[in-house]
Amino acid sequence: MNFSEIPFFYSFRNLWVRGITTLLTAFGLALVVYVFTSVLMLDEGLKKTLVSTGEFDNVVVTRRGAVSEIQSSISREQASIISQLSQVARIPLPQASKELVVLVNLQKKTSFTKSNVVVRGLNKVGFNLRRQIKIIKGRNFKEGSDEIIIGIAIAKRFSNMRIGQTLKFGSQSWRIVGHFDSGGSGFDSEIWADVEILMQSFRRNNFSTVIVRLIDSTKFDSIKKFINLNVRLPLQAKRERVFFSDQSKALSAFIRTLGLTLTIIFSIGAVIGAAITMQAAVANRIAEIGTLRALGFQRSSILFAFLLESIFLSVLGGIIGLFFAVLMLKLEFSTTNFTSFSELAFRFSLSSSIVFYSLCFSMIMGIVSGMIPAVRASRIKIVDALRAN
Amino acid sequence: MIFFNLLRHPVRSLLTIFGLIVATLSFGLLSTVVDAWYAGAEGASSARLIVRSSISLIFPLPISHRERIEKLEGISQVSWSRWFGGVYKKPKNFFPQFAVDPKSYLSIYPEYLVPKKQKESFFRDKRSTLIGRKIAEEHNLNLGDLMVLDGQIFPGKWEFLVAGIYDGKDNITDTAQMFFHWDYLNEEIRKRSILRDKEAAGVFIVEINEIKDAASISMAIDELFKNSPTETYTETEKAFQLGFVAMTEAIVVAIRLVSYVVIMIIMAVMANTMSMTSRERISEYATIRAIGFSPIFLVKLILLESLFLSFLGGAFGILLTFPAASLFSSATGTLFPVFEVSQVTVFSQILLVILTGFVASLFPCINAIKINITTGLRSI
Repeated sequence: MNFSEIPFFYSFRNLWVRGITTLLTAFGLALVVYVFTSVLMLDEGLKKTLVSTGEFDNVVVTRRGAVSEIQSSISREQASIISQLSQVARIPLPQASKELVVLVNLQKKTSFTKSNVVVRGLNKVGFNLRRQIKIIKGRNFKEGSDEIIIGIAIAKRFSNMRIGQTLKFGSQSWRIVGHFDSGGSGFDSEIWADVEILMQSFRRNNFSTVIVRLIDSTKFDSIKKFINLNVRLPLQAKRERVFFSDQSKALSAFIRTLGLTLTIIFSIGAVIGAAITMQAAVANRIAEIGTLRALGFQRSSILFAFLLESIFLSVLGGIIGLFFAVLMLKLEFSTTNFTSFSELAFRFSLSSSIVFYSLCFSMIMGIVSGMIPAVRASRIKIVDALRAN
Repeated sequence: MIFFNLLRHPVRSLLTIFGLIVATLSFGLLSTVVDAWYAGAEGASSARLIVRSSISLIFPLPISHRERIEKLEGISQVSWSRWFGGVYKKPKNFFPQFAVDPKSYLSIYPEYLVPKKQKESFFRDKRSTLIGRKIAEEHNLNLGDLMVLDGQIFPGKWEFLVAGIYDGKDNITDTAQMFFHWDYLNEEIRKRSILRDKEAAGVFIVEINEIKDAASISMAIDELFKNSPTETYTETEKAFQLGFVAMTEAIVVAIRLVSYVVIMIIMAVMANTMSMTSRERISEYATIRAIGFSPIFLVKLILLESLFLSFLGGAFGILLTFPAASLFSSATGTLFPVFEVSQVTVFSQILLVILTGFVASLFPCINAIKINITTGLRSI
């Protein structure tokens, strides 16, 4: 059976004939694809941001059971045991960063509402453990001082973040001496300070986490096993990449569930719109269909021609929708991450699989909406059809 | 005549109505989701102030602050709570848990209704818990059942006996919370030597006599602890809750945006149907004009047909919103503690339906008025 007996351009050109109707229908479909793609892009962006926050050969040690860094606490004694482990790289100092992570409520620039921002206390080693960090303005903070550096996403969104200005939190003021860029990772939404000064300022005796660089990435299992088996250490070790991507789970699930439920509901609306258009297309062309049939075209060819027309329509909508979604790439989205209870900025991000999904989705909409009208067209009897008009 | 016009293409009319139902329904659900977001703030009182650490909510305040706050003028009572952050069975089963001072807490929150007997047994047993109706239903918990929480902030297993189940005074009261004795938590922090502040509260809840004093009392409280290591930040409960909403503002904005997309889709679908209908009937319209009817008559005809169609779909859509909302509410469990379709939502749905009807008939009307009788009659 040869489906394409009726030339492709028959289906294609039919769409042109009904200009406005085609455009309106395609517009409806485009909006749905736009929402669908945007949701996937947002989710992708969130994951990309948090996964890129981690380095492949870094390990995060937290208190057992803690999901986020602020929930964790590690005593000085435990922390020094960790940094002396044989799996930790040394050049010549052990590459272990004992860090304190706290949340500080700060005011946003545009809305004047307040949001929680991560303040991370670390030292030189901790700074170097993150290979992607670059100071883009000013300089790094001096160890043992009250200087801080600000992540670029925070500098952009919160008030009083210019170099030379001061912020007040803990029991003192902090001087801003630099802005840093971490290449779109979660660190962009943080403020960094010296760990010892930060601990004094908040009267804390415990660290939150210890980050270590492994001698080589394969040593992870042995360090994990050592920590799990050691009763003196109520701690857990996770690869940094895994630790941060775990933090995206709750928000990602939320974005996906809400977004995809919505698109499914919308797609019903758009499919109905397209079905109406196709139904009308069939009704207007009964005589034409009759002629085609009389010329010897099979029922299946007619079915296929109309189905193809509907698919053309929906793919057209899909491409328009994708085009609008691509415009979203410029935008940055910022919200409170449920897991870490702090502000996180991320971008919409497009991947080839998202483009593929979106086009598939629009094709499915085309097939579903075109099926009933196409079947109807193929069932028309030649005699009746030719008698019409 | 309008009615018969609709019957000429029964499939098309039915599809349009169905599309409208879907659209009104989803618009209604979306607005209800946004409302649910603000539910915490909606149920909050302006006669209560929340005192928290000025740095951020994660820093506890020493319990000794209470005595100093109580001495201020214009305050009728003070209570306190501390966020527990435990997991019941699975992380998915999220509901807030607070360690509270039972007596003062329930007296400051009269909207949590607890039968007298259950209240007494909750007060008596230090290891008991009071849970909201929504949690009880979601997890099928009854009085006397044992609840085991896995502490994320306070490590370890925590066992509680369900001593009471509270109901809300009205449907905007949050009944998806769990309360237990602050004393118990405090003792356990010592016993288990957990690396967390002892003798500490997350927030103090302050009830004031006169709402108009809220601002001055807030300032007075913050003044008390100024330049101490644990400075406070005091605001009304409403502002406190709105602060939470603001943190996830971007999501609310996104949902709102999407609601407008829905409106666009419905209008596109409706406008499409109407423009197809009128194009097919150009010769009819020309005939009507030729008999001597004015263009106004044609406009009325098209407009009424469009309005009739949109009302039919809209009415079903609005009616279906209610069962759909309760279905959605039970599906998401304790995620949205309050999920009620508000009057405003229904009202905006009606507005949307009317607007759609008008806009959809706009182009066909313009076309109908412009018809040239002779060319119109000639077209097939």
